[in-house]
This record gives sequence, C-alpha cells and structure tokens, in this order.
Amino acid sequence: MTHPTISRRGALKLGTAAAAGALATPFLGRSGLAAEEPIKLGSLLDGSGALGLEGKRMIETTEYAVELLNKAGGLLGRPIKIIAYDTQSSMQLYTQYAQQLALKEKVDVIQGGITSASREAIRPIFGRSKTLYFYNTQYEGGVCDRNVFCTGTTPAQTVNHIVDYALKTWGKKAYIVAADYNYGHITASWMTKFMKEGGGSVAGTDFFPLDVTNFSSAISRIQQAQPDLVLSALVGANHSGFYRQWDAAGMKGRIPLGSSVFGLGDELTTMDASTTNGIVTCYGWYNDLPDARSVEFVKGMQAKFGADVTDLSELDTATYDGIMLWAEGVKKAGSLDRDKVIAALESGISYEGPTGKVTMDGATHHTTRSTYLARPKDKKWEILASFPDQFPADTAGACDLLKNPKTNKQFTPDLKG
Amino acid sequence: MAPDLIGLLGFNVLAGIATLALITLGLGVIYGMMRIINLAHGEFMMLGAYTAVAASDAGLNIWVAMLVLPPLVVGLIGLVLERTVIRFLYGRMMDTMLATWGISLGLIGLVTSIYGNVVRGVSTPVGSFEIGRYGASLYSLVIVAAACAALAGLYLLLRLTKFGLILRATMQNPRMAASLGVSPDRIYMATFALGAGLAGLAGGVLAPISGISPAMGAAYISRAFITVLGGGPAILTGTGLASTLFGFINELVSFKTTPVIGDVALLVAAVLLIRVLPQGITGRYLRRSL
Amino acid sequence: MTRPPSPLRALVRPASLSFLAMVASGLVILFGAPHVLDTFGLVQMTGFTAMAMFALSQGFIWGYGGVMSFGQAAFLGLGGYAYAVGVLNMGDSTVPVFLAIAVPMLFAGLLGYFMFYGRISDAYIGVITLTVSVILFQLVNTTSGSQYRIGEAELGGFNGIPAIPALNLPGDAGNQLDPEGIWYAAMGSLVVVYMFLRAILASRFGRVVVAIRENETRAQLIGYDPRLYKLLAFMISAGIAGLAGCLFANWGGFISPTVFGLTMSAQVIIFVLVGGLGTLLGPILGAVLIQWLTIEAGAQNVIDSNLGLGAILVTFVLLIPQGLVPVARNLVLRLGTALSGRRMRAKPLGPAPGTALAGEVRR
Repeated sequence: MTHPTISRRGALKLGTAAAAGALATPFLGRSGLAAEEPIKLGSLLDGSGALGLEGKRMIETTEYAVELLNKAGGLLGRPIKIIAYDTQSSMQLYTQYAQQLALKEKVDVIQGGITSASREAIRPIFGRSKTLYFYNTQYEGGVCDRNVFCTGTTPAQTVNHIVDYALKTWGKKAYIVAADYNYGHITASWMTKFMKEGGGSVAGTDFFPLDVTNFSSAISRIQQAQPDLVLSALVGANHSGFYRQWDAAGMKGRIPLGSSVFGLGDELTTMDASTTNGIVTCYGWYNDLPDARSVEFVKGMQAKFGADVTDLSELDTATYDGIMLWAEGVKKAGSLDRDKVIAALESGISYEGPTGKVTMDGATHHTTRSTYLARPKDKKWEILASFPDQFPADTAGACDLLKNPKTNKQFTPDLKG
Repeated sequence: MAPDLIGLLGFNVLAGIATLALITLGLGVIYGMMRIINLAHGEFMMLGAYTAVAASDAGLNIWVAMLVLPPLVVGLIGLVLERTVIRFLYGRMMDTMLATWGISLGLIGLVTSIYGNVVRGVSTPVGSFEIGRYGASLYSLVIVAAACAALAGLYLLLRLTKFGLILRATMQNPRMAASLGVSPDRIYMATFALGAGLAGLAGGVLAPISGISPAMGAAYISRAFITVLGGGPAILTGTGLASTLFGFINELVSFKTTPVIGDVALLVAAVLLIRVLPQGITGRYLRRSL
Repeated sequence: MTRPPSPLRALVRPASLSFLAMVASGLVILFGAPHVLDTFGLVQMTGFTAMAMFALSQGFIWGYGGVMSFGQAAFLGLGGYAYAVGVLNMGDSTVPVFLAIAVPMLFAGLLGYFMFYGRISDAYIGVITLTVSVILFQLVNTTSGSQYRIGEAELGGFNGIPAIPALNLPGDAGNQLDPEGIWYAAMGSLVVVYMFLRAILASRFGRVVVAIRENETRAQLIGYDPRLYKLLAFMISAGIAGLAGCLFANWGGFISPTVFGLTMSAQVIIFVLVGGLGTLLGPILGAVLIQWLTIEAGAQNVIDSNLGLGAILVTFVLLIPQGLVPVARNLVLRLGTALSGRRMRAKPLGPAPGTALAGEVRR
C-alpha cells in the first residue's frame, strides 16, 4: 500500500520549496552569481565650454582605462560600465548631474570634476550620498575629506620646483597673474610663499575671472612693475589669450614666464611656437616623456582615438591613475562597499602607471608620485629635470585622515608661517 | 607719471575705444534702423572670427581672411536669416528678441557640432613696437584703423550714395518711403545684412587677440547693447560718442584696478548716462546728425 | 431686464472656477508627488518649482505690470545669496528666508526709485535692469579671496558658496529637511505665491497696476501716481524672485554668481514668452517645459543641445507667438462654445486671453 509516490504533504513541501527557490533566485543571483550586472562608474567632466579642451581628453582617457580593465576581466568578475555626463563647464549642471549620478543612477564611484570650483560644489553631494569620489585634476592642494581621493599633483610637488628654477635662473622679483577663483587664489598664495622662502619677492598679483579675454591693461601693469619674471595660474580657453597677447606685445623675449597650468590643454598644437617656447612648467607627466610605459599609454590612446592625440597631459594620466588605483582598492578590499574600499586605499596601495610609480598616501588621500620640469621647444616638451617620489607635503601639513577621519574641509596655506 | 607710460595708456585707451566702436556698430545699425534687439549679435561676431580662422587655415592671405571674407560671409548669413525668420516678426520687439535668442543658441550649437569645442586662434600678423621702454602691440593700431575705416565707410555710404539716402529715408518714415516707390521689406533685408556684415568684420578683426570658441559672443553682447542705447538714435555719432566715453572709462579703470572693475565701471557709467539722458547722448545733442 | 447674477452664479464664474482648479491641481501635485516619484524625481521637481516661482515673478511684473524688467536674475541671486549668508551665520533657517525676500525688495525699491521716478522709458528700463544684473554678476564673481566674507560666510566669488544648510522647521535648527521636506516647502510656497498674486490682481491695487499698464496717461489723469504703483509692483515681484532664489539655493545646496548672469535673465524671459505673457499659469508651464527640454536635450547625443533648443525656440516664435496658455485657453473656449451651443462669456481677470493679447500688451 505504500508505493514510493510523493504524498500530498510531500508535494506541498516540495512545491513550497520550489516556489521559495524561484522567488529567491533574483536575490541569489544578485549576490553571488551575477556575472552580468555591471559596476557603475560615474564620470562628470566638461566636454565643452571653457574647460572643454582639458575635459575632452580626460573623457577619452576614462573610456580607455575602463576598456583596459574590462578586457582584463573587469572587477570582481563583473564588467565596468561608464555613466558619463557632459557638464559643459557649468556649475549648475555639475550640481544637477551630481545629484543624478548619486541618487538616481546610484553609481559605485565617481571620477570627475575639473575646476576646483566644480569639485567643491559636488563634494558635499557625494559626501551626503556616501558615494566614493576620485578627483584627478592637478589643483591647489588641501582637500581633506575621507570620501575623496585626489590623484593630481599639488603645489608642493610642482610649483616649488618652478619657483626654485625661476629664482636660480631668472631673478628675485616676480609678478603673479592668476584666475579669480579658489584655485587661482590659493595657487597664488603658494607661489608667493615659495618665492619668499627662497629669498625673492612678489611685485604684484592680479586676478582675472574666467571669462576675461582682454589682457592689454594687465600687460601694461606688468610692464610698469618691471619684474624679473611672471608666474601664471591662468585657466581655461579665454585666458589662453594672455599668452598670445603677451607675445604680440613683444614681451616674450623680455620677461620669462612660468606657469602652473599652461600646456594642460592643446596649447602646443594650436598656438605658434613663438608664443609657447620657453614657458616653464612642472607636471606629473608630459606627452613627450621617453619611458616605455609612457609611450605605451600614448600609443594605446592613439590606437583608440586617432593619430591626432598628441596633446595628452598630466590631467589624463592622473585620470588613468585614478581609475586604476580605485580598481586596485576594490580588488584588495574584495568588495564595492565604500568603507572597505577606503580602508584598502588607506593601507598604502602602489601602482605602476604611465608616470611611473604612484602611491596612495593613506593619511592625506593624495598621491606620492614623480614630477618633471619642462618647457616647450618647437611644439614639443623639453624635459629640464625630474623629481621622483614627490610627497604631498602641502596637504600633509594639515591633514591626517587616519587620525581624524571625520575631517571634511579644504585647508589653505597660512602665509604668515 | 612718466611720459612713456602716458603714451602707453593713451594708446591702450584708443585701442579700447576702437574695439568698442567696432563691436557696437553692427548692432547699432540694426537697432537704429529697425528697432530690432538682435541677441545673436555676439554670435555673428563669432562666425566672423571662425571665418577668419578657417580662411587662414586654408592658406588665404591673413588680411583677406580677416578683413574681407568675414563681413561677406556673415552678411550673407544675416541675409538668409532675415529672409527666413526675422522678416515675419517686424514690429514685434519681444518676438524678435526671442527669435534672435533662439538663433544665437542655434548658431552656437551649429558651430560646436562642426568645429567641436576646441579653442582656436589666429596669430597676430604684425609685431610689436616701443613706446619709450614699454612694448605695445602694433595690432592695436590695426584695430584702430579698422574701426575708423568702418565708421568712415558707413558715413560715406549713408551720405553720398543713393542707397544710403533710401536707407535713411526708410528709417525716418517707412510709409512715406513706401509711397515713393521704395520697398521697405528689401531695405530691411539689406540693413540686416549690413549690420550682420559689420558684426562679422568685428569678429574677424578681433580674432587674433581673443580665444575663439563657439560661446565667445557672450562676452561682447552686453557692452555692445549698452553702448548702442547710450549712444542714442543717431547711428554713427551716437556709436562714436558712446564708445569714446565708455571706452575711455573702461581702459583707465582697468589699468588702475582690474579688467572686471573696468567692465563694471563701463556698465555703471552707462546706467548713469541713461538716467541723465534717457534717450541716449544723441537723443539730446547732435540730434540731426547721422 | 437683466437681474444681477446670484451669488452662486458669481462663484461659478469661469474666472473663479479656474482659480479653484489651479489651486486644487497645485495641492494634488504637492501631496501626490512624493508617492509617485522617487527621491531623484522629487529633487528635480523641486528645481522646477524654484524656476516656476521665478517665472511667476517675471510674468507678474511684465505681463501685468507692464514693466520690462529684464534683470529679474538680480533679485533671484540676491535672494539666494541672502539666504546662504544668513543661514551660514545664524544656523536656523527661519530668519534667512525672510532675508531672502527682504533684501531683494529693498534693492528693488532703490533701483525702482532710480528708474521710475527718473521717467525712463520702457525699453531702457529693460536694458538698465539687465545691466544691473550683469554688474552684480561681475562684482560677485570677483569675491574669490578669503577676505570677502559676511560674518561666517565666505562669498567665494566664482566658486560660489557650497554646502548651504537646507531649510529646517522653525525653531528646530539641528534638523534639516530631507528632500521630501524641501519639496513640500517649495511646492507649498509656489501654491501660496500663486494665490497671493491672484489676490493682489483682484484687489484694487492690482487693478490700478493693470490699468497703468494698459494706458498710463489715462490712469494718471484719473489721479493715480503710476510711478508709485510701478515701484510697488516691482518690489513685490523682487520679493517673489528672492524667495525663488532661496528655494534654488536649497535645491542644489549651492549657489554661484551664474544666478546673476545674462543666461538666467534670458531664460526666465523665455519661460514667460513660451508659456504666455499676461497669464499666471503660462510662466509656470513655460518654466517647467523649457527646463525639462533643456535637461532632455543635454542628455542625448544626437544633436547638440544648443542647436536643438535654438531651433525649438525659433519654430515656437514663428508658429505660436502668444505662448502656450493663451492658445490653449482659446482652444478650450472654442471647444466649449461648440459643445454648449451658445456663447460662453468668459469674464476676463486681468488682460483678456488669447486674441486680445497681441494688441494690448506692449510687445
């Protein structure tokens, strides 16, 4: 009478189990077996407008880096998908799209922001939504925020070398021209500080909002002050007119120029050699560096985007570094959970990129990296000196996120020190 | 102050006045003749600058690329726009404002699509010279020359040619002109093209000293506008006088402080002027001049 | 032979019906949105609301007051900055909200006195107000150094003021509102402002303002001082724009000098023109529609967003110059006439809709 059939109760149990299993598979799938659900990388960069020059290449670099990562198998077995918005150099769009990326798309990491102003506008938004944020543009230093990692060079890694060179080669009296927003002001403060520490002086400092195109009165003022050299922290498309007007007024041969921003866009390809020759700069990478990894990076970008990609700069390699360092952090943490990734990054990750060895400093969330002093010569960069293992001393002077993880501000240099 | 500094400053002031006059003239012609607020004026200038860049890239002589081609090309574009859009909106000031704002956006978008957002440049074709121990750009002289030529050319056109006579007549009394056999429609078309051409010339001339990008027009529109209104109904005298006054204030204050404060000074001076002379300078003085 | 309309008739007049309908739909949206939209959608709607209120201020002073104030962005910016500086200094947001209304009103009082009592003609008022907003933009843009501060708040120049604390319930300073709370505050104040403007327009003051707009000399001859009425209307619209500025600052948690800029002034004019000059619903709809279009245009890659927007605007001007709301109202009336078989007499509140617009309003 008992044949090995499934009793009603058994069938019921089996049925319930099957149903429960069917209901549970979405959950199971998401946590363990989802090989298809991509990791979301949010990108907020200016593809157009005053910063469109710089932004365009950074956007391309983002795509290149993610493509490389995906070719190598993605992260944690999952592909990476870029969700990019063109902020068109507009603060309002930065705020709007930042909210969109954080609240609607709910991305796992943000790589973006170019001007310091845009960074400061979106930093609180990502802080509130607890979205990890990588800022890859060289800037004035001092950001101390547990949620943010900065891969760009800062004045203590670059501007100090320009000032040293200037004091040695050109003279003691400087005139500073800078963009009128936080980057310009703070960089000008660092330039002044370094000049004074080296025994020099600053004859005057002029600030120009980003939409100024006419520098004739400025050039007259500079001539009146008779400095030995001019240091420039001018930014963006409109300010590039300064260099042309400076050349047109015949100032090129008379007073040498140093700059913390010049050359990061396509100035070398679009401006005459006579306008660009001799302007001394210091960045974490140059398009014409001879090392193998650097050449490989340029070739890779050209293969993907065309042979006219000859104007890459530190902005792009730092973007690349930012994405790769984040990937290393995720791999080390074994998860996308923000706090775990932060802990992994803070433990001191190193990475060999196109610029050489880049190490994330846990206390400051900035990078120790090499920098190079160079100037344009006939539309190519002539490297004058190289400085390995530059420590972000400016931010380190005030910021220790390992000891005080709740810090959330940007420190600025104290000129009286 | 050292004499060579005064010389340099005087030179800068002259260049500043000339620049202002150049960028205002095209807008003045259109507003003065047709009472149209052309919000696309800055973009006409931008088109002129791009024409200069494209022509110079294509190998044309730099002077032709800057002075001859832009007015022709932009004048033609103005003509087309007038026939297709503006013509239907005469007498409707608000609607022309809206339409020209739409045209301005469209032009920016069009140029961005074609040229991308790279900032171009044209190099200054002439070098520098000395004023005492100061270096100054010879190109500023070119700007002054261009402004004088434009003003003189317009004067000759309006005073000495039959076309100019018809233009002035239509401006004063369109109905009367119509009853005498002139078609106001065609006159308006010609006037708009003339204004656009002048804006193109300004863009071409200013191309070597500014960063050329699709959105560069925005920097010029507000001060061109306020100079036109400050100048008053007479196109040439008004533009000339207003440019002189505002350009002078602008350059001097810019030198003493910063270019931004210089701009603010220009705008504040203009507002005060309009308060004192609500019809503009030539609303009260020199009313009968051109 | 005509009897005065019964009170019930008065209530059922199309004008008050439309008013009730507007308020009702406003309340429905106010309470319904949080249930239908997610957080991001609410945040976006809050942004729309701020712009809609800004457009209302422009629509009021221009469409009903006849004053071509093209620099309303000045008041938007002053309100936003006043709120930001206030809340950063005081901690509690109640007083800063009043500051956001009061500071622009004060500024409008001074500017209005300068303009209206100086008998400056209409077109010039437009240019002067536009220029003033550009001046403010230039000035605030240069306040980048750390020495430019009002109390605790650094003005920040081009960088703007980031991390502005959001509104909080009066007296409860530690507890800032979350996005849903901010939505209620924003949409709620939009409904209140709409009712306020309707009340003003129905009052004696509002009727005089409209009369001045229609024929200033006649109003003057009857005995009203147009300068005073225009000044007061100007100040009211400035206060509303200031409140919109406060909402704008709350929406993004951020404010920068671009609020004073040429683009902002031009945008709000476009909102009003597209929606319909001489109505109150028009500016609101125009603001939401254009904002939504701008975002959608920016998000796609097929056609450059500026090109698309420009083309839409030009097409609009050529085909629907009076704006959407008057055209829609016209259609509805015609439909009503066709359906009911007899002429519906719509009692105009303010300028007559649709056809009369092109002639009456000085365009």
